[in-house]
Amino acid sequence: MFRNNYDSDALTFSPQGRIFQVEYAQEAVKQGSVVVGIVSKTHAVLAALKRNAEELSSYQKKVIEIDAHYGIALAGLASDARVLSNFMQQQSLSSRLTYDRPIALAEITHRLSIRAQKSTQQHGRRPYGVGLLIAGIDTTGPHLFEFQPSGVTQEMVACAMGARSQMARTYLERHVDEFEACGKDELIKHALRALKESLSQDKELTVDNTSVGISGEDEAFILLDGQSVVPWLNATFENREGGEESMEVDS
Amino acid sequence: MNHLPQAWGRPRDDVYGAYDASHFQMSGPTQHSSRPIVTGTSVVAVKFKDGVVIAADNLASYGSLARFTDVKRLRTFNSKSVLGFGGDVSDMQYLDRLLNSLSVRENYSTSIDDSGKSDLDAHNLHRYLSKVMYKRRSDFNPLWNHILVAGLGEKDAPFLASVDLLGTTFSSPTLATGFGAHLAQPILRRQVPDEAASKELSQEKAVELIRECMKVLFYRDARSMDKYSIAVISKSGVDLKEDEKLENQSWAFAEGIRGYGTQVN
Amino acid sequence: MASVFSGAPPAGGPGYSFKSTPTPSQASGIREHSFYPYADNGGSTLGISGADFTILAGDTRSTSGYSINTRYEPKLFKIGGEGPDHVGATLVLSVVGFAADGHALKERLDTIVKMYKYQHGKPMSVAACAQRLSHMLYGKRFFPYYVHAILGGLDEEGKGALYSYDPVGSYEREQCRAAGAAASLIMPFLDNQVNFKNQYMPGSGEGHALQQRVPEPLPRADVEALVKDAFDGAVERHIEVGDGLQTMIITKEGIEERYAPLKKD
Repeated sequence: MFRNNYDSDALTFSPQGRIFQVEYAQEAVKQGSVVVGIVSKTHAVLAALKRNAEELSSYQKKVIEIDAHYGIALAGLASDARVLSNFMQQQSLSSRLTYDRPIALAEITHRLSIRAQKSTQQHGRRPYGVGLLIAGIDTTGPHLFEFQPSGVTQEMVACAMGARSQMARTYLERHVDEFEACGKDELIKHALRALKESLSQDKELTVDNTSVGISGEDEAFILLDGQSVVPWLNATFENREGGEESMEVDS
Repeated sequence: MNHLPQAWGRPRDDVYGAYDASHFQMSGPTQHSSRPIVTGTSVVAVKFKDGVVIAADNLASYGSLARFTDVKRLRTFNSKSVLGFGGDVSDMQYLDRLLNSLSVRENYSTSIDDSGKSDLDAHNLHRYLSKVMYKRRSDFNPLWNHILVAGLGEKDAPFLASVDLLGTTFSSPTLATGFGAHLAQPILRRQVPDEAASKELSQEKAVELIRECMKVLFYRDARSMDKYSIAVISKSGVDLKEDEKLENQSWAFAEGIRGYGTQVN
Repeated sequence: MASVFSGAPPAGGPGYSFKSTPTPSQASGIREHSFYPYADNGGSTLGISGADFTILAGDTRSTSGYSINTRYEPKLFKIGGEGPDHVGATLVLSVVGFAADGHALKERLDTIVKMYKYQHGKPMSVAACAQRLSHMLYGKRFFPYYVHAILGGLDEEGKGALYSYDPVGSYEREQCRAAGAAASLIMPFLDNQVNFKNQYMPGSGEGHALQQRVPEPLPRADVEALVKDAFDGAVERHIEVGDGLQTMIITKEGIEERYAPLKKD
C-alpha cells in the first residue's frame, strides 16, 4: 500500500515541493458548508449556508461579527475559526483603543495571514483548518478578502468557498460585471442566488440554514440570522414553487 | 596624574576631594527623570473655520539661561498634523523619533488612502500620544511635556487637543500650555469664547490673534523669545514658518514697571 | 549602568594616585521623587435612581488649579453597546477626580463589557458590571485610579440601579450619590430631597415620637428638577464647577443624553 512519507508534519516539503499538511488543511475548508462574499462600490456582503450536525442539534454559526465595521464568514473547522475571530476582535479593539480608529481590513487580513503562516513553519503546530471571508468597510471603502489555511490572502470582488462552491463561483463569474454598481438590496440577492446555486437538488435556503452579513458606507456591520433573513429570502426567490411552505416557521 | 588612563581627565582627589560616584548607581532603584532640564515655554493655538493655527517660540532654556535659540518646537506629522511641544526638549526629541517611526510604519502599512498617505489623522495621533504619555506616567517615568496636537480630524473638521505628562487630555477651540495658559488663553478666549465663534473666525484673524499672543508672551514671560514658529493647518496642507520675528513691539509700558526703567524703587 | 563606566582600576594592577578610588556606591539612601502622578481636574457628578430610570449628571468643566482647561470635557460615558458610538448601550459610568485615570478606567470597563457580550452573546447586567468595576479599582489598590466613580443602569427587574465607588473599589448600591469637588455641597441637599432626611410627618409628635418621612422613588420630572437645582447651587458656591451640564437618563427605551449650559464664571 502506498504511504505518503512527507505528510507527518507541516515542516517538510515533499520532493515535488508540496507541503501536504497544508493541503490537507485546505481539504477541511472544502468540507465546510458553502459561504459567499461580494463587494460593490458601496457595500460588502457575506452569505452562508449553515449546517446542523444532526436533526436534533442547533446550526453551526457561519457569519461572525468582529467589529462595528466588518465581519467574517467561515468554511471549515469552526473551533479554529473561533480562535482566529477572537484574535481579530482583540486586534480590532486595540486599534480602536490606541488610535480611536477602525482597523483597516487590509491590515487585519495581513496580520491574520502572518499568524496563519507561522503555523505552517513552526514545529509542533498545525495549520488552521478553516477558510475565511473577511468583508466590511473602512476608510478606503468596502472590501472583501479571502483567507486560506496556507496563510494566503487575496482581495476579491466576489468569492465562494466550501463544499460545492464551484457552482456558486460559476454564478459569481457570470454576473461579475453587475456587482460594482449594485446597491445593498441587489447585492444581498446576488449573494443568496449564488448560495442557492451550490445547494444540492433536495435542499432549499430556509430561515434556519441561511445567514447574511452586510455592511456599507455609514452602515455598521449587521448579521441577519433567523427571522431577519425571511424578507430577503422572500424577495430573492419570490416565484419558487413550494417556497412559501418552507418559509413558514412557527415562531 | 599618573599613567593610568582611567584617571585621565578626572578631578584629582587631592585637589577636589573624593569623587562622589553616587550617581553611577551600580545598585539601588532605577531612576527616572524627576524634573525637566532643557525646557521650552508656552505653545498657543486656535481653531478657525477651516483649520488650526499654532505657534511656539524657538527658545530652549536651561533654567533661567537662554541656552538654545534655534530650537523648533513645532513638528509636523505625516504632513497632515502639527504638534507643539512645551516642557523638556530631550523628551520632545524622543517623541519626535517615536512619531517618525510610527509615521514610517504607517506609510509602509496597508492602511493608506488614495493619496498614498496614511489615514492616521490628528485625532488618531492625539489618542496615540495620550496612551504613550499615560503609560509613561503610570510607570513613574514621565515624558515631561505638555503637547498641543493641531490638525484635521474626522471628516476634515479642525482638530485641536492637548495632552500632558500625566496623560490628561482635553480639547477646546483655543488652547495654550505653560505660561500661555495664564497669559494667552484669556486673550484667545475673549475673541473665541466657544466652538461657534471658531467656526466664524477667518484664517487671517486667527493668525493675527496668535501673533498678538506671542507678543504678549514675549513681553511678560521671562523664558520666551522674539523668534518663533507658526503653522497653519488647513485642507490645503500644513504651512509651517519656523523663522518668524515679533514685529511692532512697544516697550513703552515697561517704563512704568518698578525696577525696570528709570524708576528704581 | 555598569557597562557604561567602571571606575575601578584594573584588578591586581597599580591603583590611582588618588586617596580613594571612585567606588560605585550603594543606593545613596532614599531619594525623593518629585514627580507626583496625579492631578485634580475638579468638576462634580451626581446620580439618582428612580423606579424605572436612572439619571446621571456631571458638569463639563475641566480645571487644573485656578485655570480652566476647557469648558467641555464630558465626565459621563456610555459603557458597552455596539461599536464606538455605543449603540444600544444600557450602562453609564461617571468619573470625577483625575481625568486621565477616569478615561483609562472607562476604556477598560467598556472593553470588558464589549468582550463579555461577544463571548456570552448577551449584554452584561448592571450588578455584574458593578462588581467587575469594583475589582478593577481594587486591583490597583496600591496605585489607585484617583476617581470617584458612579455606575448607573437598570437592574434585572427594570428598576433604576445606581452604584457608587471610592477610589479603591468599595462600592454600594444607593438611591442617590454626589461625587467630586462639590459633593459636600450637593450630597446634603440630596439626603434631604431624595431620602427625606430630617423631614418628619407633620403632627406625628415631638422629640423621639417624631416619625421620619418615608422615602419613596421619585417621579422623573422631580428628579430632573433636583439635578438642575443641585448643579445651579454648586456652580454658585464652587469655582471648579460650571460651564455645562451633561445629563444621561437611562430608561428601558435606552439612554437619553442632554446638554444644558451652566454659568461660565
